[in-house]
Amino acid sequence: MSRKKVVVEKGTLRRVLRLLAPYRLYLAGATAFAVGNVVLALAVPVLIGQAVDHIVGPDNVDLLGMMPVLFQLTAAAIGSALFGWLMTLCTNTVTYRTVQHLRSALFDKISTLPLSAIDNTPRGDFVSRMTNDIDQLSTGLLQGFAQIFTGVLTILGTLVFMFRLHVLTALVVVVLTPLSLFVASFIASHIHAMFTGQAEAQGNLTAFAGEMIDGQKVVKAFGRETTAEENFDRLDSKLYHYGVRAQFYSALTNPCTRFVNSAVYAAVGLTGALTVISGGLSVGGLTSFLNYANQYTKPFNEISGVAAEFQAALAGAARVFRVLDLPAQQPDRPDAKKLEHCRGEVEIRNLDFSYRPDRPLIQDFNLVAKPGQHIALVGPTGCGKTTVINLLMRFYEPNQGEILVDGQPITSLTRDSLRAGFGMVLQDTWLFSGTVRENIAYGRPDATEQEVIAAAKAAHADSFIRRLPQGYDTPLTGGGAGLSQGQRQLLCISRILLTDPPMLILDEATSSIDTRTEVRIQKAFDTLMAGRTSFVVAHRLSTIRSADCILVMEAGRIVEQGTHDELLAKNGAYARLYNSQFAPTEQGA
Amino acid sequence: MRRLVSYLKPYRLQCILGPTAKLVEAIFELIVPLVMARIIDVGITSGDRGYVARMCLLLVGLGLVGLCCALFCQYSAARASQGFGSSLRRALYRKINSLSHTELDLLGTTSLINRLTGDINQLQTAVAMMIRLVIRAPFLVIGSTVMAIYIDLKLSVIFLIASPLIAFILYLIMSRSIPFYRTIQKKLDRIGLITDENLSGARVIRAFSRQSAEQDRFEQANEDYRRTSMQVGRISALLSPLTFVVVNLAIVAIIRFGAVQVKIGALTQGQIVALVNYMNQILLALVVVANLVVIFTRAAASAARVSEVLAMEPSIQNSQRKMPAEDLDAPRISFESVRLRYAGAGEDTLNDISFSAQPGQTIGIIGGTGSGKTSLISLIPRFYDPSGGRILMNGVDLLDWPLDKLRGRIGLVPQRAVLFSGTIRENLCWGEAQASDEQLWQALETAQAADFVRALPDGLDAPVLQGGQNFSGGQRQRLTIARALVRQPEILILDDSASALDFATDAALRRALRSACGETTVFLVSQRINTVRSADRILVLDDGKLVGDGTHEELFASCETYREICLSQLTGEEAQR
Repeated sequence: MSRKKVVVEKGTLRRVLRLLAPYRLYLAGATAFAVGNVVLALAVPVLIGQAVDHIVGPDNVDLLGMMPVLFQLTAAAIGSALFGWLMTLCTNTVTYRTVQHLRSALFDKISTLPLSAIDNTPRGDFVSRMTNDIDQLSTGLLQGFAQIFTGVLTILGTLVFMFRLHVLTALVVVVLTPLSLFVASFIASHIHAMFTGQAEAQGNLTAFAGEMIDGQKVVKAFGRETTAEENFDRLDSKLYHYGVRAQFYSALTNPCTRFVNSAVYAAVGLTGALTVISGGLSVGGLTSFLNYANQYTKPFNEISGVAAEFQAALAGAARVFRVLDLPAQQPDRPDAKKLEHCRGEVEIRNLDFSYRPDRPLIQDFNLVAKPGQHIALVGPTGCGKTTVINLLMRFYEPNQGEILVDGQPITSLTRDSLRAGFGMVLQDTWLFSGTVRENIAYGRPDATEQEVIAAAKAAHADSFIRRLPQGYDTPLTGGGAGLSQGQRQLLCISRILLTDPPMLILDEATSSIDTRTEVRIQKAFDTLMAGRTSFVVAHRLSTIRSADCILVMEAGRIVEQGTHDELLAKNGAYARLYNSQFAPTEQGA
Repeated sequence: MRRLVSYLKPYRLQCILGPTAKLVEAIFELIVPLVMARIIDVGITSGDRGYVARMCLLLVGLGLVGLCCALFCQYSAARASQGFGSSLRRALYRKINSLSHTELDLLGTTSLINRLTGDINQLQTAVAMMIRLVIRAPFLVIGSTVMAIYIDLKLSVIFLIASPLIAFILYLIMSRSIPFYRTIQKKLDRIGLITDENLSGARVIRAFSRQSAEQDRFEQANEDYRRTSMQVGRISALLSPLTFVVVNLAIVAIIRFGAVQVKIGALTQGQIVALVNYMNQILLALVVVANLVVIFTRAAASAARVSEVLAMEPSIQNSQRKMPAEDLDAPRISFESVRLRYAGAGEDTLNDISFSAQPGQTIGIIGGTGSGKTSLISLIPRFYDPSGGRILMNGVDLLDWPLDKLRGRIGLVPQRAVLFSGTIRENLCWGEAQASDEQLWQALETAQAADFVRALPDGLDAPVLQGGQNFSGGQRQRLTIARALVRQPEILILDDSASALDFATDAALRRALRSACGETTVFLVSQRINTVRSADRILVLDDGKLVGDGTHEELFASCETYREICLSQLTGEEAQR
C-alpha cells in the first residue's frame, strides 16, 4: 500500500465524537472502568512490595500481618481484571454500534444521492469507503482511543505511585525516559523511510506481475517469458534491498527498548538498593520500583503505535463524511401527485440539458409520443440518446424546458409513481444475489407464483428457468454469472412484464447479445412492446426499422425524424448513418 | 512443504546462528532476576555499596551483550527471510510463466498475484519470526520454570500449575475467536456486495422504487455483522483479564508459601522477588507464543497455496522427439477430426473439426457467442492441446514443433486488446525485438494506426499507460494488430479484433491486410457478417461443431446457421447482393 498524502478536514474529530454522543452512558462507563482498571493494576506492584516486606529473613516473617496484604493483592488483581473486562465490553458496544449506525447512514445516502453523483464516483471507491474506511475507523479510532487513554493513565499513575514511594529513584526513571523515546523515534524515522521504499518496490512488483500475468496469453504468444523474468528479477532485487532493511530496522525496536529498559532497571536497582542500605526505602519498596521500571516503557511504545493508526482512522472517517456531505437530490414537491391510470402519452417541450455547464448537450429538444407508439432514438455515440432516457425517468433534472406525461409535468408527480409508469431494460442486465423468483418479482414482491410463471412464460424464459438446477429457486450469484447474456436479459424482461407498465424504455437492450440469439429473443421483445409507448435506443437495424417514428440525433438535437423509408428517401443524416454503420460497405473487400 | 524448505537452504547459517544468539540473550534475561536477588540478599543485607554497584554494572553489561546478540539475530532474520522470499518469488514467477493456459484458467489471475505477493509476504514473516522468536519465547517459559525449580523445588509446583493454565486459557480463547474472524470477513464482504449492487443497479432500483426494501436488506447484513463482531469481542475481551488474574494469584501463592520457606530458612527474601519476576516473564512469553501460533497457522495456509502452484506441471511441454522436416507442399494448417474438452468441463467445446488452410488464404470464422471460435484458434499456437485428433502445420504435427519456433511463426491478435506499460515502440517490438523504424511504420500503416501514432507528440516513443488506458478501444485494437504484423508471421490470427472499429476503418484494414499479407494465412474471427463475407473461405461454428465451410455465396445457399446469422444482421436483399 502506498502511503498517499492524507487529507483530513478540520472538525473531523469533532464530528466523530458527535457520532459517539448517543452512547454517552457507555462512554462514561468505559472511562470509569478504565480508571478502576489502571489504578488497581498499578496498586498490584505496591501490594507485592508490601507483602515482601513481611518476609525479611528466617526469624523475621510476619505471616499473620501479611494476610490482609495478600487479600488486598488478590482483590486488586481480580478487580482490575473485572474492570478491564467491563471497559472492553463498553468500548466494543460503542464501537460496533457507532459503526453500524454510520454504515446505515452511508447506505441511506446512496438512495438519496442524485444519479450524477453515483455515475461520477467509481464503484470500488464507494464500496471501499463502506467497508475498509469504516473498519479502519472502528479499529484505529475507537479501540485506539481506549489504548491511548489507558496508556496515558498508566504512565501518569506510575509516576504518582513512584514519587510517593521514593522521590530520588522516581526521578532517575523520569530522567531516563527521554532516552527510550529518543531511541524509539530514531528507529521509527529509519523504519518509515525503509517502509516507504519497500511499499513502493512491492507496489511496482505487484503492478508488473499483475500486468504480465493478466496478459499471460500475449506473453506466451510472443515468446516473451525470458524478458519478463529478467524484468521481474530486477524489480525483485529492489524489493529485497528494501525488504532486508525494513525488516531489520523494524526488528530493532524490541531489543533496543529492552536494552533501555534494562539500563533503567539497573539504574533503579542501584539507586534503590543504595537507598535501602541507607534506610530510605524497604526491600518491598524496591521490588515495587523494579516492577514499575519493567512496565513503564510499554505504554510509550503502544501509544506511538496507535498514533499512526489514529491518523489513518481519521482519514477514513473524513472520506466517509465527504460522501455524507454530498448534496442530496431535490425531494418531491410537497404537493406532488401520484401518476395513476397512465395512458402513456409523453411530450417533451423545449428541453435543454448538459452534464457540465461548459458543454451544452441537449438543446431545444421537442417530442410528442402518442400512447402505444414506438419511438426509436439513433445517432452516433455521445449524441445524447441515453441522456434523453435519464431525463424521462427523472434520473437527471433538465436545465430548462419540461417533460409531460399524460399532460402533467413530471416535476408535479412523485418520482416513485412516475418511474413505476416506465419499464426499463438496459444493456447491462442487473440481477441481484437472490433467487430467480426474487429477481423476477423484484418490482412486485407480492406477486403470486402463477403471476411470476406467467410473466416468465410471456418472456420466453420459463423453459430455460425450468432447466436450471433448482428451477425458480436457483440462487443467482455474481449478477447471474452462470447464465448467458441472452438469458439474463430474458429475466429482466420477465421482471418488466410482471409489473405491466404503460410505457417502456429499451436502452441498447440487445447490444451485448449476438445477433442470432437476438433474433430468437425478439419474440419476447415483441410481447413486451405490444401496446406500450416505447422509447428504444438501439444500434441494430431490425429494432429500428419497425418503429413508428425514428429520431435521428446529432450533438443533442433531433436532426431528422420520420419512418425508416421516409428517412432513407430523404438521403440525409439517417441515410449517412445507415450506410456507415448498418449497410455492407463494399463488395469484394 | 519440503519443497519450500529447500529455499531456506542457502540461509542455513542464519537459521542456526540467529536463534542461538537469541538464546544467549534469553539466558541473560533469565539471569537478571537472579542478580537482583543477589543485590537484595547480599548487597543490601551486608550494606555493601560496592557490591551493589558492581552487580548493577553487571546488569548493564548483560543488557549490552544481550543487545548485541539480539541485533545479530534480527539481522540474520532479515537476511534469511527476505532472501528466502526473494528466491521463492522468482521461482514462483518462473513457474507461472511456464504454466499453460489450462492451469492459468484454473488458478485465475487474481489468485496467482495474491500468491505471488500476499502469501509469500506471509511466509517471509513466518521465517523471520521463526528465527527471532521460536526459540526465545518457549525458552523463556521453560527457562523461567527451570529457574524456579532451581531456586525452590516446592514453590516451583506453582509454576507447573500456572503456566499450563495460562497456556490453556490462551488456547481456549484463541481457538474460539479466530475461526470467527473468517465469518466476520464474509459478513463484511456481504455489506460490500449489497453496496456494490445498489450502486451498479441504482437505475433499476429507482425505476422499481425499491429503495426502502434495499435499505432493509442492507440493515439485515449490517446488524448481522455487528452481532457477530460483538460476540467475538466478548470472547476475546476475556483474554487479558483472565491471564492477569491467574498470574497474580500465582504471585500471591508464591509469597504466601514462600514466606513459610523463608521462615524455616530455606529461601531468602531476594529469591522470592526473583520468583515473582519469573512469573511475570512467563506471562509475557506465553502471549508471544500464542501470537506465533497464529502467524504459523496463517503461514501454513499460505505455504499450501504457494506449493500448489510450484507443484503444478505445465500440461503443454516441448516434445522430446526431434522435429521432422517441414513439408512445404502440405497445407499451412490442417485440423484432422479435432476435439477439445476443457479440464473439468462436462461437454466438448469443439467436436470433430476438420479443415485445412493454404498459404495466402484468408479464412473467416463465424458463429454465435460460445460457439467455440476462440477455442478453435487457441489450438493453433498450442495454448491448449486437442483432446482428440491432431493439428498439423506445414505437414508436421504441432506436438512435434518446439514451442518457441511454433509461436514465433504466428502473429496473434487476441480478443482483449492487451497493451503493456512502456512506449508504443516497446509494445510493437514484442513481435520482433530488432525491428527497424521502417518496419514498425509499415505495420502501423497496414493496421490503420499510422495516422494517430504520427499525430502523437512523441510518435513511436509515446508512452503507453498500464493496460493502454490512454488509448481508445479502437486505437488499442489497431496497435495490437500492428504488434502482430511486425513479426511478419506465417499465420496471422485476428480474434474479433476489429470489433471497436467503425465499418469504414474495418474495411480499409481488411484491404490493407490482403495486400500486405501475401503468403500469410489469415484467420479472421468475427461476429459480423461483413467482416468475414469477403474471406476466401468461411468456417461456420455452432455449438462446437463445424456446420459450414465455404464462400459466402455457397454458405448462404446451403448453410442454415449461416443464413440465420446473415438475416439477423442484413436484409435478405443485402445478404444476396
